[in-house]
Amino acid sequence: MATVGRALLILALVVALYGIAASIYGAVRGRDEWIASGRRSVYGLAALVAGAFAILEIAFLRSDFTFATVASHSSTTTPAFYKAAAAWSSQEGSLLLWLLLLSLWSSLVLFATRRQLRRVAPYATAVLLGFAAFFAALLVFKETPFGLLAAGAVPAEGVGLNPLLRHPSMMIHPPMLYSGYTLFTIPFAFAVGALIARQVGAADWIRATRRFALGAWLFLGVGILLGARWSYAELGWGGYWAWDPVENASLLPWLTGTAFIHSIMIQEKRGMLKIWNVSLILATGALAILGTFLVRSGILDSIHAFGASTLGVPFVIFIAILVAASIGLVVWRRAELRSENRLDSLLSREAIFLLNNLVLVAMAFVVFWGTFWPLIAEALTGTRRALGPPWFDRYTVPLAIVLVLLSGIGPVIAWRRATASNARRNFLAPALAALAVGAALGALGAASRPLALAMFVCGTFVVASVGQEFWRGIGVRRAMTGENPLLALRSLVARNRRRYGGYLVHVGMALLFVGVAASSAFNDARDVRLAPGQSARAGDYEFTYVRPTSRISTRGGELEKISFGAVVDVRRAGEHVATLRPERGYYPSTDVRGLGPVGRFFEGEATSEVGLKAGMHRDVWTAMTPDIRRMLPTIEQGDRVFAAAAGKLPPALEAQALGVALRGLVDKYLAERPPATFRLITSPLVTWIWIGSIVVFLGGLIALWPGPDVVRRRVTARYAARVAEDLGRA
Amino acid sequence: MDIVALLVILAVLAAVVALVSAPLRGGAAERARGESADAIAELEARKEAKYREIRDAELDMRTGKLSPEDHRALDRQLRAEAVEILRALDDARG
Repeated sequence: MATVGRALLILALVVALYGIAASIYGAVRGRDEWIASGRRSVYGLAALVAGAFAILEIAFLRSDFTFATVASHSSTTTPAFYKAAAAWSSQEGSLLLWLLLLSLWSSLVLFATRRQLRRVAPYATAVLLGFAAFFAALLVFKETPFGLLAAGAVPAEGVGLNPLLRHPSMMIHPPMLYSGYTLFTIPFAFAVGALIARQVGAADWIRATRRFALGAWLFLGVGILLGARWSYAELGWGGYWAWDPVENASLLPWLTGTAFIHSIMIQEKRGMLKIWNVSLILATGALAILGTFLVRSGILDSIHAFGASTLGVPFVIFIAILVAASIGLVVWRRAELRSENRLDSLLSREAIFLLNNLVLVAMAFVVFWGTFWPLIAEALTGTRRALGPPWFDRYTVPLAIVLVLLSGIGPVIAWRRATASNARRNFLAPALAALAVGAALGALGAASRPLALAMFVCGTFVVASVGQEFWRGIGVRRAMTGENPLLALRSLVARNRRRYGGYLVHVGMALLFVGVAASSAFNDARDVRLAPGQSARAGDYEFTYVRPTSRISTRGGELEKISFGAVVDVRRAGEHVATLRPERGYYPSTDVRGLGPVGRFFEGEATSEVGLKAGMHRDVWTAMTPDIRRMLPTIEQGDRVFAAAAGKLPPALEAQALGVALRGLVDKYLAERPPATFRLITSPLVTWIWIGSIVVFLGGLIALWPGPDVVRRRVTARYAARVAEDLGRA
Repeated sequence: MDIVALLVILAVLAAVVALVSAPLRGGAAERARGESADAIAELEARKEAKYREIRDAELDMRTGKLSPEDHRALDRQLRAEAVEILRALDDARG
């Protein structure tokens, strides 16, 4: 099977290289049959990579440890769900996933545009196949997923999936991120194609790929939020965003992509911002590759970087080519990129979109600078210095406030030119609602955190302005059709999916930012050492370490981990709020050299299971680290006993004895009742971050869903003459 | 390499060659449209975008973002632009 997998990847590389040549030859010579052959190369590539991926998945599901990557990333005791997902926890598996998603999305867009964009599509095909050839070459020459272990070196048991990754959201997170990255290569490729074919002035490449850009934005956003959720629930430090380089790497294309999906509306409607749009999408495509590079190269220190540094040089060369070619193309075609119109007024939706773009790009620049500062500092001073969250917060928080404010202004301002009287009519109610909420919160003490208060005011403004838009829209529908309010809402959204889906995204983002502002500005966090029976306070809440807990987990008849935990009682003003059960799980080290069978449990990976009581108003959160120093003599004694008995006991009896020894250890932990270190956090409105995310997701889906426009296009095509006559009469 | 793997690889190779070379062998019915069809498609898309603008402006007026006077002026301008596109479309269609 490994041989077939390897052959499929070699074939994929050959097909990609052939497709590049066929597409360019067909485009230059005007030979349709070569263009079609190039497009079919993409379909063939997708089938070949899907076959290779299926072989790898089967190897993981069957725990075939002759595959080196299966032996080092899975085990027989790994649950089937995680076995399937373990394929992309490895360097080579994740690169294969990238290539698979790229080839599938590329096939979809090229099939959808097979009768359109005759001059642009062949060059776009060549660009997409260029990306594919790069990743296929990495998989063939640098990081093969089909490497086999020598016959004598095949282990009976694999290393297993990194315990930190055994979380449901972590299984969906990478495919979501990679879908975002790969989907962004589609508008990138069509932009390059339009530039080469001198078709960039026309907006048809934008219309053909707009849904893919929106899909990329949505997938990447969901991937980022799933990562944040994982960080909050699994990593044990109590936060959801740490400005870690890998987190930032995924945020960068999302920020520029957000700017792009707003500014292309101006090009579609007004023929403006062509150079800006093409530059944005070229930057977004390059940043998507940069994101993959940061995760996989290990060039920057990150808790999320699971890669080695073997891919650094090829990625740097590839990114350098992308950036240089992008800049060269824009300069070369600058004459075609002139605007057809000028901004009519600063009081218009175009102007607000432009401002929103500038804020988003400024945020992207801040994040880029902060992320790469360690490398810049090292180049300038010879010393690597990282910038921490306070540096990022100093610049991004004010920008985020402006962004939220603009997302409230955008929906209620007209295209082209808004008059002062209309602006007054549309802004009055949302502004009054925002000021009222601001005054009330200020009186309740929020004034002590002015930036957070500003975010609450702007968030309220967004919700009120979008609410007003829905209210008025429903009113219009009801006046026209006499529908009941719910039906009117449904038909209003169905007939204007892009507009109202987008509005819903704005509301979701406002809720999300309000949650971030509240939980950052008003949280109470403490690190304390407590013995059973002792208490500590975090904010208004009293945490009492009631008693220790301990357990042994088994899976498939094998010992999986030892957990030491605590029962924590949480009270507020004497009232019981929650009983939390945080734990620290110890997984045995797979490197058994020099380690005893008991001691190796405390030399391997350890994960935190947090104790969390989530609420609409406030989250109460705790994680604990047990003090196992008192257990060390017992652990060492156990190892000595097993070392003395080595080879004297049959394996089954030795395993039974180990079980008894570990049982004794966990019982001793309960009896000793040692102290533990706790992180205690009470944090307001965290739940609204996740609620806001769901609203963003729903809004994005509505905007993305094919609406009546598609149907209308067919109908109007059929009756074009009649419509022309009607409009001509008008 | 075992014989089954070799046969699978050869079968896949043959299938991929057949798929990719079909247009070169004249076996595929796919025919991209010519330059004029491209121009028509672009104009059709521009027409749809303009129609959408007209509908958006009407919704903006009905929801109070545009006054009836502003809407009348804007609508007149948009419809004039739409007529230009339709004329170009007629020309392109010959």
